[in-house]
Amino acid sequence: MRDNPHMSHRLPERDKPWMMRTYAGHSTAARSNALYRGNIAKGQTGLSIAFDLPTQTGYDADHELARGEVGKVGVPVAHKGDMHTLLDGIPLDQMNTSMTINATAAWLLALYIVCAEENGIDAAVLQGTTQNDIIKEYLSRGTYAFPPAPSMRLIADTVAYTVEHVPRWNPVNISSYHLQEAGATPVQEIAYAMSTAIAVLDEVRPRVGEDRMGAVFGRISFFVNAGVRFVEEHAKLRAMAALWEQLGRERYGVRDEKQLRFRYGVQVNSLGLTESQPENNVQRIVLEALGVTLGRNARARAIQLPAWNEALGLPRPWDQQWSLRIQQVLAYETDLLEYPDLFEGSKVMDGLVAQLLEGARAEMARVEEHGGAVDAVPYMKASLVESHRERIARIESGEQVLVGVNRFTETEPSPLTEDGGILVVDPAVEAEQIAALEQWREARDADAVRAALDELARVAGSDENIMPATIAAARAAVTTGEWAQCLRDAFGSYRAPTGVGAAAAGGRAESEDVMALREEVGRVADQLGRGLKILVGKPGLDGHSNGAEQIAVRARDAGMEVVYEGIRLTPAQIARSAVDEGVHVIGLSILSGSHRKLIPDVLDALRAAGAGEIPVVVGGIIPEADAEPLRAAGVAAVYTPKDFELTRILRDVVALVAERNGIAATA
Amino acid sequence: MSGAELGARLRERDLGAAPAALNLLENRAPARRGEIAALLAEVAPRRLGGEAPAHVVGVTGPPGAGKSTLLSALVRVWRERGRTVGVLAVDPSSKRSGGALLGDRARIDADPADRGLFIRSMAAGERLGGLAPATRVAAQALAAAFDVVVVETVGVGQSETEVAEAADTVAVVVQPGSGDVLQFLKAGIMEVPDVLVVTKADLGAIAERAVRDLRAALRSLGDPAPVVAVSSVPPVAGIEELADALDERRARLDLRAARTRSRRLGALADYVAEHGERGLRALGGRRAAERFLAEQDAALEGPALVRALEARAAG
Repeated sequence: MRDNPHMSHRLPERDKPWMMRTYAGHSTAARSNALYRGNIAKGQTGLSIAFDLPTQTGYDADHELARGEVGKVGVPVAHKGDMHTLLDGIPLDQMNTSMTINATAAWLLALYIVCAEENGIDAAVLQGTTQNDIIKEYLSRGTYAFPPAPSMRLIADTVAYTVEHVPRWNPVNISSYHLQEAGATPVQEIAYAMSTAIAVLDEVRPRVGEDRMGAVFGRISFFVNAGVRFVEEHAKLRAMAALWEQLGRERYGVRDEKQLRFRYGVQVNSLGLTESQPENNVQRIVLEALGVTLGRNARARAIQLPAWNEALGLPRPWDQQWSLRIQQVLAYETDLLEYPDLFEGSKVMDGLVAQLLEGARAEMARVEEHGGAVDAVPYMKASLVESHRERIARIESGEQVLVGVNRFTETEPSPLTEDGGILVVDPAVEAEQIAALEQWREARDADAVRAALDELARVAGSDENIMPATIAAARAAVTTGEWAQCLRDAFGSYRAPTGVGAAAAGGRAESEDVMALREEVGRVADQLGRGLKILVGKPGLDGHSNGAEQIAVRARDAGMEVVYEGIRLTPAQIARSAVDEGVHVIGLSILSGSHRKLIPDVLDALRAAGAGEIPVVVGGIIPEADAEPLRAAGVAAVYTPKDFELTRILRDVVALVAERNGIAATA
Repeated sequence: MSGAELGARLRERDLGAAPAALNLLENRAPARRGEIAALLAEVAPRRLGGEAPAHVVGVTGPPGAGKSTLLSALVRVWRERGRTVGVLAVDPSSKRSGGALLGDRARIDADPADRGLFIRSMAAGERLGGLAPATRVAAQALAAAFDVVVVETVGVGQSETEVAEAADTVAVVVQPGSGDVLQFLKAGIMEVPDVLVVTKADLGAIAERAVRDLRAALRSLGDPAPVVAVSSVPPVAGIEELADALDERRARLDLRAARTRSRRLGALADYVAEHGERGLRALGGRRAAERFLAEQDAALEGPALVRALEARAAG
């Protein structure tokens, strides 16, 4: 029996574990390098670089929009010098590096290639992944920089380039991860990821020729999410593998079994991690990791796990170590890797997969009717806002249980959070990075920079592949902001749809609470003489707009006039809109940790605009230690993820408007 | 600040008065009617010594046609030409909750330090047809202070009729490949606007076909309205031509007649909103009311006309 692994209930030899990573990076390249070396010493087998928001959106640290964001959610990399510092002492010919980078992926890949080259390492041996999926940036994550058409061109150019010159690189990691974070159901996650992959492959096809499509197909990987409903999540991955293989055979004529294999990495769910009783997140993370490893036929190639305290703020090295140890226990202590696929022949699993496949195919057809993934962005965005709203309504009503949040909320004080329990980035980092950037600009050959940017501009306006000119610019010491500005000039800028306008009203969320709130909104509006008007704003570069969108939709459902202008607004823009629009209250949402700088900036801008009397409330990942200084600075109220009842937040907001306008409460 | 003071500031082209003026004009409390009338009296032709010199431009079209991107580019051209611009963007309200999401359509790109540009969203409220209750009077008030006042609405088939009553010129924005506007024009459901704008000219052949089809339809209707193809993304094209085409149509307009008609229709709409069909019957019906308004002083502002109608109805 042992001779035939297909007939046996055991594998002839234990499988090798998946690649283990930790999504990491903050402050500066030097400090992140130290963090990476520490992680590798602890047994991490691949790198996963988190870039800060200015780097992700193509701004240098001294740009107005970068204020407060430098080094916050990741590491700033402004030029090849930063890349050298970041990867110092790490053998790039052996390392497998994943970069969460999208709008500026071509640029960061070029910096990586040049860094290797200057260390005497040929690009042909480099292994790793650039996320490089712009559709989900429009849909969920918000770090886009250019309009859809030139963005898709940049993606296709990197694919066409790497498949010939960096053949072991995964140029695109189609990310359904962020769709689930934005509220996607499993069916939506599968369908929108596959539709995005089709859009990318169709864009690449004319660049490489039919005979290379197999090689291209084999290098497209996925980055998926896994929620706590881990049985269904496992079925989702099996469904994706089936769809992917079918797509390769039927649409792209791929025959090679290896090229047809569905390859994916995972970061498990953050949306379901809670701020209340945060220690419970550990078991959520373990179960989610099980979901993507349990069945051998659809097991993840690479895993990175969030830390237990993500909903509180940035994790410390110790918190990340804990998550790495979860992976190691699962891979090395349990018997998981000793068996063939656990679910082959399972009625339950086959049934689940079939059901998901049917739903996903129908949804993919709908995307196709909208003209494919690029044109269907507004449709998909509105659908996600809708799903997310249903999820929140289920949690508010108690239909969906979140332990420690809407059920079993009695708790002992947690010793884990006594000292705050999070990492705080030194605010001096921003000034440090700006000073270093100025030095860099002075020290380099200005003529070479000019020439490289001129060539980049020429190529941007042509049909040529963007990569050679981008790599030349990286060699010439061009900065991230300069590269992106050159392309912004060529391509124009873009604002993605918010999806809130198309989100249907009411539905199941039409609870008595909402109706009561609507009565109150009407009463206050009558007293005010006009509609109760609220500005929902997202200052800074943080593109995680899900929370702001849900508040905006619920406020409309409660009868308010809502001004929501999307992401990436400067404090001056928010203040100007508040004044011109004549709003009664402002709600700001920030998840990037830059609230300590940006919120006071907005308050200052309001005062400068003569609108200091408009009350401001703030929501987001705001550590308790930061809430008090914000209130002292003039913020009327601070809401964090544990305030999950949107209607209650809005009831407070209406009461605040009434109070500030001298309107008496109802008896 | 009182309504009269706000009106005086607008008349003196103090653009900083616009937000507070709009807050007042949107106020529906009966107690504020006097203030609103005082504000509008300050910017009425009698006080200005003629019609407000601004060019009031209506921009309308179906959702997703690219109106806001177009407006961003158009506003940039006007600002480069040294003209101040006030934008009134009207969004539909939810029938169920009365709430509204404003400014959600890709927001107009604006420099927050630019004092010569003012953007205000308005919820359409319960009134059908595209305009918010205060849009007409807001446009009249801003016209005293700004060089260009834009009234933007969403829709096709009905909205441009109301916009046409509030604006000097109307541009209807069409996305290539969607046949709605073409069908509505041919069927006469929609009035012919001053300028038809085909967006997304960068799409090439589809946009060219849309322009050809619209021109053919206009020819068969015997209307010489220009059709302008624009691309709001680089390479930007057609925006200067559009601004010129609108100015040209405006130059041909009998401004006094158009504005007088606008004020009278606005007053009648306000009167009907307040007093309903019964109020209309008290005036002897819509035709009689229109005849009565035609006999009034052409320089009278909206609230004065409403008062005249009320006095007439009271007999």
